Amino acid sequence: MSPHLPDPSRPADPAGLTNPAGLTNLAGLMNPAGLTNPAGLTNPVGLTNPVGLTNPAALTNPAAPWLIKGVMVAGAGGLRDELTDILLTDGVIAAIGSGLSDAGAHVLDAQGLIALPGLVDLHTHLREPGREDAETVETGTRAAALGGYTAVHAMANTDPVADTAGVVEQVWRLGRAAGHCDVQPVGAVTVGLAGSRLAELGTMADSAARVRVFSDDGKCVADPLLMRRALEYVKAFDGVIAQHAQDPRLTEGAQLNEGEMSGRLGLAGWPAVAEEAIIARDCLLAAHVGSVLHVCHVSTAGSAEIIRWAKSKGWPVTAEVTPHHLLLTDELAVGYDPVFKVNPPLRTAADVAELRRALADGTIDCVATDHAPHPVEAKETEWSEAAFGMTGLETALRVVQLAMVDTGLLDWAGVADRMSVRPARIGRLAGHGALPAVGGPANLTLYDPAAAAEPAGPGASKSRNTPFAGMDLPGRVVATFLRGTPTVLEGKLT
Amino acid sequence: MKRHLISAADLNRADALLILDTAEELASLADRPIKKLPTLRGRTVVNLFFEDSTRTRISFEAAAKRLSADVINFSAKGSSVAKGESLKDTALTLEAMGSDAVVIRHSASGAAHRLAGWVQGSVVNAGDGTHEHPTQALLDAFTIRRRLKGSNTRGAGLDGIRVTIVGDVLHSRVARSNVLLLSTLGAEVTLAAPPTLLPLAVDHWPCAVSYDLDSELPKSDVVMMLRVQQERMTAAYFPSVREYSRRYGLDAARMGRLPDHAIVMHPGPMNRGVEIAADVADSVRSTIVEQVANGVTTRMAVLYLLLGGTEFPAVAQ
Repeated sequence: MSPHLPDPSRPADPAGLTNPAGLTNLAGLMNPAGLTNPAGLTNPVGLTNPVGLTNPAALTNPAAPWLIKGVMVAGAGGLRDELTDILLTDGVIAAIGSGLSDAGAHVLDAQGLIALPGLVDLHTHLREPGREDAETVETGTRAAALGGYTAVHAMANTDPVADTAGVVEQVWRLGRAAGHCDVQPVGAVTVGLAGSRLAELGTMADSAARVRVFSDDGKCVADPLLMRRALEYVKAFDGVIAQHAQDPRLTEGAQLNEGEMSGRLGLAGWPAVAEEAIIARDCLLAAHVGSVLHVCHVSTAGSAEIIRWAKSKGWPVTAEVTPHHLLLTDELAVGYDPVFKVNPPLRTAADVAELRRALADGTIDCVATDHAPHPVEAKETEWSEAAFGMTGLETALRVVQLAMVDTGLLDWAGVADRMSVRPARIGRLAGHGALPAVGGPANLTLYDPAAAAEPAGPGASKSRNTPFAGMDLPGRVVATFLRGTPTVLEGKLT
Repeated sequence: MKRHLISAADLNRADALLILDTAEELASLADRPIKKLPTLRGRTVVNLFFEDSTRTRISFEAAAKRLSADVINFSAKGSSVAKGESLKDTALTLEAMGSDAVVIRHSASGAAHRLAGWVQGSVVNAGDGTHEHPTQALLDAFTIRRRLKGSNTRGAGLDGIRVTIVGDVLHSRVARSNVLLLSTLGAEVTLAAPPTLLPLAVDHWPCAVSYDLDSELPKSDVVMMLRVQQERMTAAYFPSVREYSRRYGLDAARMGRLPDHAIVMHPGPMNRGVEIAADVADSVRSTIVEQVANGVTTRMAVLYLLLGGTEFPAVAQ
């Protein structure tokens, strides 16, 4: 069954990933008493046991294999019941099974942890080149690794704009040098994001950066003819246009979702229809020219409904939702703190509920962070002066647990699908988004869903504009492996 | 009362009546040969005006000076703000100079709210963007009570009084504060405006809404006309000033539809011939000049209550 086409007979499981056995196990996982594995969940010694990490044989050999003991794998059959060992050798998963051993390997006791395929973000602002005061490729990818990501797509709205092969190759090389996760540059659709003429899309596709996703994110490709041409043109190299859906005329000066809050606070309204009208138009364009459309940061119930309709027609449309749109509402603007100012704006509780449902049933394909770091002075201002955007890489998985897993809307196999498998597929990213399997890439995220909820603190991002500061979020990313090498261990960068 | 006055929603009925009653006490001062009270001697009030607004600034200045406070006027033009200083840095600078209260006028909604998070002293919102202007609502309520209920009205609300607010509600901080305050005081508020100039979710507000001014006039005890900005026309809120004036302007013929006791209000500055005709503005029903005088008295009451002045009870005798 195509993952793009919801099967009405199985509304809660469009991708066919949920195993009933996995579902029953979920209850145990979410039980703080650790029904399925009391020792592992209640005994932190296992996680910090220095014996495994100081294996003398492994110490002398940094490239030694890693043996992950007693983990629960979120895989093709749902979350497996039994605890499993995973051996990572030479960048691939060498073995999966019980009682594995390797005398030369580092050992990581993973009792109580879930193994997810390394997370993939389709929507990250790394700010370099141009705004290194907000974030750099180095700091942004550190944040990504801490959040469990092994690959991020770096958005094109840098300065200079990533609209030439030169800039996308620069970003790609900076990512390789940093090494905390893979950095896949996104190319601009139009020159300078100006929306007037196409950037050299084919040249960026042919460059060392191998660009496949093109987006003017931050701005909408509003001209319908230009959008049509872009959708058509990228078919030649299997590209996808990721649209920032925002009608510019309907959102002139807009500050906050148009509704009760904007009226009360006297902030210029940002109507849902400004997003929905562009999405509807672009779905029709994509169908007309037979091209692939990806919709960035879907934020309204109406947008989800339009995408559900387009998918029901069999049209090649995919969509993402941000963690903040799955959890936060425009009510938070009541104190005029611009940390809650974002584009698209926070919407209503009804929108949040509908976005969660759409992510659960597969209408919305994936979670993408729209990690948008800003320096302090860009947010310590009047609301209307402040920059749009929130950081999100380091909190995304925890927010998804709170909004989707703890509410029973998505199981861990679903999380693996929406945060790794599908975003990698949409981004045409080889070597990522594969469920853990022997011979597959050793990109893994080990997550402890039972970690006590605690406030999100300052992290590795250069910026601090997180809307989740002080908010109790469950869970903890314990380790991240990129091609068999840990980028994060014990919740800290290696 | 709270430490700041940022929104009319900060005031419950008792708070609002305390301010109006205090203003009544202070109004008696205006008839004395020496208008000054010593109650805020040694206190510093800063008028922080990021927007030009001569009438509101001098109203607050007169209010503070009649209470013997030291007044510092800070206007954004030609100041450090024009050189790019942030609101926060301006706030911290004023704080370091020892201000007890900051009266702020700013073009951004929420600016007073933000300022209150950065300074120790009291913050009085003298108009923030298209959000609120609570002292305007207080002086309007004071004016309505005096005109329609007489001067010996201490403790009285505005229960049952029907107020129609006409014009650009969407962009009006005066309308927002008045809807909140007048309804808190028991008045029945109706907004009369073209649909383009009403907020989308206005049905959540504690008031009625009408697109037809003429049908509201015979039922109104108070008609409050809002200023219409010429630039709204270019953004297609209405086709032309002439058409706006024809449908929503208050001319002599429309004024004739009001009950005999009804009053006409305008927060100023007026566009004569647009939202209000000259002969209406100058008629005996008009309270426009009175509103200005009452503005000083009401703002004195606000500063007095926020800064907790002493010695005031002596005046009451």
